[in-house]
Amino acid sequence: MSHLTKTIRGVAFAAMTLVASSAFAQQELKIIAPAGPGGGWDSAARSIQQVLTQTGLAKSVQVVNVTGAGGTVGLAQFVNQAKGDPSQLMVNGITMVGAILTNKSPVTLDQVTPIARLTGDPLVIVVPANSPIKSVKELADAVKADPAKVTWAGGSAGGADHILAALFAKAAGSDPSKVNYIAFSGGGEALAAMLGGRVTAGISGYGEFESQIKAGKLRALAISSGKRLANADVPTLKEQGLDVEVVNWRAIVAGPDITAEQKKSLTETVEKVVKSKEWAEILKQRGWEDFYLAGEPFSAFLKEEQVRVGDVLKSVGLVKS
Amino acid sequence: MDSFVSLGQGFLVALEPSKLLFAAVGVLLGTAVGVLPGIGPALTVALLLPVTFKLDPTGSLIMFAGIYYGGMYGGSTTAILINAPGESASVATAIEGNKMAKAGRGGPALATSAIGSFVAGTIATIGLAFLAPWLVELAVNFGPWDYFALMVLAFVTVSATFGDSPLRGLTSLTIGLMLGLVGIDKLTGQARMAFGVPEFFDGIEVTTLAVGLFAVGEALYVASRFKSNPEEIVPIKGSLWMTREDWRRSWKPWLRGAAFGFPIGALPAGGAEVPTFLSYVTEKKLSKHPEEFGHGAIEGVAGPEAANNASAAGTLVPLLTLGLPTSATAAIMLAGFQQYGLNPGPLLFTENPALVWGLVASLFIANAMLLVLNLPLVGLWVRLLAIPQPWLYAGILVFAAMGTVAAKPSVVEVGMLFVFGFLGLLMRRWDYPVAPMVVGLILGPMAEAQLRRAMQMTLGDPMVFLENPGSATLLSLSAMALLAPFVMKGLSRFRAAED
Repeated sequence: MSHLTKTIRGVAFAAMTLVASSAFAQQELKIIAPAGPGGGWDSAARSIQQVLTQTGLAKSVQVVNVTGAGGTVGLAQFVNQAKGDPSQLMVNGITMVGAILTNKSPVTLDQVTPIARLTGDPLVIVVPANSPIKSVKELADAVKADPAKVTWAGGSAGGADHILAALFAKAAGSDPSKVNYIAFSGGGEALAAMLGGRVTAGISGYGEFESQIKAGKLRALAISSGKRLANADVPTLKEQGLDVEVVNWRAIVAGPDITAEQKKSLTETVEKVVKSKEWAEILKQRGWEDFYLAGEPFSAFLKEEQVRVGDVLKSVGLVKS
Repeated sequence: MDSFVSLGQGFLVALEPSKLLFAAVGVLLGTAVGVLPGIGPALTVALLLPVTFKLDPTGSLIMFAGIYYGGMYGGSTTAILINAPGESASVATAIEGNKMAKAGRGGPALATSAIGSFVAGTIATIGLAFLAPWLVELAVNFGPWDYFALMVLAFVTVSATFGDSPLRGLTSLTIGLMLGLVGIDKLTGQARMAFGVPEFFDGIEVTTLAVGLFAVGEALYVASRFKSNPEEIVPIKGSLWMTREDWRRSWKPWLRGAAFGFPIGALPAGGAEVPTFLSYVTEKKLSKHPEEFGHGAIEGVAGPEAANNASAAGTLVPLLTLGLPTSATAAIMLAGFQQYGLNPGPLLFTENPALVWGLVASLFIANAMLLVLNLPLVGLWVRLLAIPQPWLYAGILVFAAMGTVAAKPSVVEVGMLFVFGFLGLLMRRWDYPVAPMVVGLILGPMAEAQLRRAMQMTLGDPMVFLENPGSATLLSLSAMALLAPFVMKGLSRFRAAED
């Protein structure tokens, strides 16, 4: 019977939290997830929320989804509403850097206060199990021979997957503007195209393809991060002679015009989150790679990444210079 | 036969008191969020995810599945009662359902949708239990060309929603297709017709258009004629429950709806909208009372509603067998699986049979619970329609605006809602059907993206549509549907001449 009581208590708690977080929350901290529920930014925001409340670093944390335009709708709203407000944070990532450029967003990441980079998921390049292509070199040769004939399946146009495909083509000595990249909405459809053997290669976060790779339905050619993953024996692109490194990083930023002291205190809070064992647990569950970087180095990274992504998007013709 | 044994064991898991409780809470929450404007099942599961972390995985997943099914149920209630479809999959239900509600047949409309959802949900869950591994092979082999051909078929049959004048219907459809062009082009990432307004970048939200045209447009229309020519709403006429006649006219649409919904829902890019429209069209074609369509035909509620629920079970096929989430709710459920260290995919059925079969069994139970929960509510819901009209329509306006703001907190979105509402008023005034416009907005972008993906994959070879058996079959069906009426007409004229 005690099991049942525990369940009832759990369910009641769950229902209460639902009510509280949807309507009556007394917010101490508010985290904007500039995308719909279910995506990477949303789960990052909710994971931070979970750790903040579990560890008692914040009394209550509210996650607000503001969807639209690769996160630029959320960014515009955030820059407006979080000005000088140290109780608001926003999750963002490499896709937003690209979306700001392709959407010619009037608001940019220069206007927010960078706090820290949190995670960096490596991307994986796969081919269908029955593909004649066995190695990165063979894929690179095919791309070099005729980039238009090599079809790539991946996520939205201008996102991390697309950027990797363009950089791959460039490193292979081919013209990135000719890359035949087929954008799918969400990993699901792209995976179906891969499994159906209708495209030459596919790009996605390693976690999304992991079970297919382990089941032998997809062959992983390379990982896009600087070093190999701990739990997977897939070589990096650099090991195989292509000087390309792209990770799908996610970061957290604060609003414009907060004081240096407020920034320091937020940075410390985020650092405590990242150093907690609860956070380590979440990284393990979700298959996220730790990519923590704070303070000045992170601000510099953000600047560099804006320039790099801008160059790539120009080279594929998504952004007109 | 292994599946039977496993399913039996699944029922043993699902019938534990604690699991039953989880299922009950899930369907209750699901129904509530389905009825409330702006909160969908996706957001609900996302909110619950962190708190279920410490709970038992099987129980939590059962609860999530209950929410998912419940949300599908609840969404149709608002569509029928106040013409405000909560999600795009309920648009087809609203067309006939609301007409029935106004004619005093809200009770049977709600009942046929509840029972139809139960029947179709159960059939689809049986399909999930026994056909999943086989069906998923088929689904994965469905290429962009096949999707495009499916969209063509949907387009050809859409004329069934046109009402009396094909020209007016086509006009409405064209406006919908044009609205579908707004936003970032999925394949190149370039903004089209967005005029620099960030809210336009993701395209026009289907629910905003549907609620604007249907609910707001109607409220404005009723207000404009309230003094001169008030429209009667009859809260209840005849029986509150389904008559023998209603049953007779409903059961076949339920089965056909399930047959459309489950396989198309299982396709990674199939969605819930296409099967609901295909079902609506089929029912209109097959009905013995086609003249009732557009004025509240029960088949037009029973079919799409069954298709809607069957497609919800369909989306679980790729989720469980491949780890492919094909809807927002499925994506969060995937996160839920990962939270417990489970990886849905080819190995889940063998690694975690108790969980998978427990989940499948609890879907049966959730379905039954939903029926028990919803049928008694029917009597309560239809009383809403007895509210004096000025109050009722004012309430609908508030409800519609609230739902839009809750889903997308932005002034532009509310502005759009009322612009569409005003458009809906004009269209009603001059007798243009509104449903084709929504259909255009849903199908247009899907068809475009699939056509271009097909062209990209084949390096621009259009023959692919005829070379693939799937797309070739669907396209010839479309051609037949398009030409059949003319051929029939020609034949009958020919016969008449012979006489």
